[in-house]
Amino acid sequence: MQPKELLPHLFRTEYRKIVAVLCRLFGIEHIEIAEDIVSDTFLSATENWSLKGLPDNPTAWLYTVAKNKTKNYLKRDTIFKQKLSPEIKYTTDSTGEIEIDLSTKNIADSQLAMMFTVCNPAISAESQVALALNLLCGFGIQEITDAFLANKEVIYKRINRAKDKLKEAGIQIKQPTLNEIGNRLETVLTTIYLLFSEGYYSISQNITLRHDLCAEAMRLNYQLIENPATNTPAVNALFALMCFHASRFEARTNDNGTMILYEDQDESLWDRNLINKGIYHLNQASTGTVITKYHLEAGIAYWHTIKEDTPEKWENILQLYNNLLIMEYSPIAALNRTFALAKTNGKPAAIAEAEKLNLNNNHFYYSLLGNLYTDVDNQKALQHYQTAMKLATSANDKATMNRNIEQIKQYLNH
Amino acid sequence: MNEFLLVIHRDLKSKDASPSPEQMQAAIKPFQDWIGGIAAQNKLVAPPKRWDGDGRVIKQNTVINGPYAEIKESIGGLLMIRAENYDDAVEIAKGCPVLQWGATVEVRMAVPTV
Repeated sequence: MQPKELLPHLFRTEYRKIVAVLCRLFGIEHIEIAEDIVSDTFLSATENWSLKGLPDNPTAWLYTVAKNKTKNYLKRDTIFKQKLSPEIKYTTDSTGEIEIDLSTKNIADSQLAMMFTVCNPAISAESQVALALNLLCGFGIQEITDAFLANKEVIYKRINRAKDKLKEAGIQIKQPTLNEIGNRLETVLTTIYLLFSEGYYSISQNITLRHDLCAEAMRLNYQLIENPATNTPAVNALFALMCFHASRFEARTNDNGTMILYEDQDESLWDRNLINKGIYHLNQASTGTVITKYHLEAGIAYWHTIKEDTPEKWENILQLYNNLLIMEYSPIAALNRTFALAKTNGKPAAIAEAEKLNLNNNHFYYSLLGNLYTDVDNQKALQHYQTAMKLATSANDKATMNRNIEQIKQYLNH
Repeated sequence: MNEFLLVIHRDLKSKDASPSPEQMQAAIKPFQDWIGGIAAQNKLVAPPKRWDGDGRVIKQNTVINGPYAEIKESIGGLLMIRAENYDDAVEIAKGCPVLQWGATVEVRMAVPTV
């Protein structure tokens, strides 16, 4: 690889690691200093490598330069050095030099500590996701802006506000204790799941970027699996869920980026390796006595990896949705549950249940009613699809509704 | 929205208790679908629990083992739901699938706190 291609790749993989180690060393209040040092390191790499060519081991080169820059910074800025916590002084060696430990183990520990720092209820969920992308995944402001389809300024402010909040709250970046893991793992999993969903359901047309978001969420989740203290059933269940969803990545969009609905997907494009990985982790998730919503959602996603419609499949999906809703209501689960009910108990029973849902501002609701009334009362089906069309906002949803409307019109003309 | 308690009473103790264990088995899916349907309307206040049939009954000077059975029917299930009014709550309670085997459902509205 040439420096031009290698650097962005290394930036993505190494930036976050060095930042995590330095942040843990300096404390969250000096996060900008850590980021400046690492940015400066990459700047030196750009200049140096384009002049002298690639070093033998580019990663080691980055680590050495980052270490030197940190030491120089500490020498230059004695006030900063004095402000550092006694803990850091404790880690200095006999020569009085601060040890900057970029070993694989310390990098993994620091990244886990950062994960628990970023996913802190002191900051809003959307800020957690943005900050996770920035600090845990090495995404630049521009990439995050593209992912959220937001304004660059908004994202910039959101990230800085989140950092300020963490500083104000005096959050320490340290290995979470078993107790803290128990209390805060749920927040970490929520953030990882939001990150994945951002990629999976985003209306952004940038497929590569969406793919990256999902891959990053899975990587963070996998870090939790690799650490025995965080390798819980819920963590495995979430990973299984993401594997099952991600297995359909290639099949769910065509070359133009248009969504292909589940029923119309070419199942030969489903990634069998990911499905098997998902099954493995779903089994791992089933070892305890705890059932989380991730278990139920992973179970639903598992049944969707079987394309063939069987009574068993839909009965299982229905009962999983029943339990999911009993645990936590969400409109989308209510709609999907009603769809499953139509498959098991028939369309008239599902229509009766659907009409109690009271989701009159939701275009998916009318889309579901359109589906349920198809072949039962096509005139009504058409009306519902037309209402859904009016309420839909994204181009993809509008295109899907248009297809449904055209189809119903054909039925009505025959 | 008000909160309502749905108390399912059924005969747990007599010799030919109804619903029978077979009928209860057959009621699992309709029962799950009934609760799922309430949850899908966001009208479930808390996830329902399963209560064992053991029970204790306390009177002034005694504790009796077993569920309360001086009347023929004991509590078989408890559900807390949200509904606009009694009519709305009764409509939901009518969906309880064990009614067909002779269970009764008592509906009580929580007195709104002022």
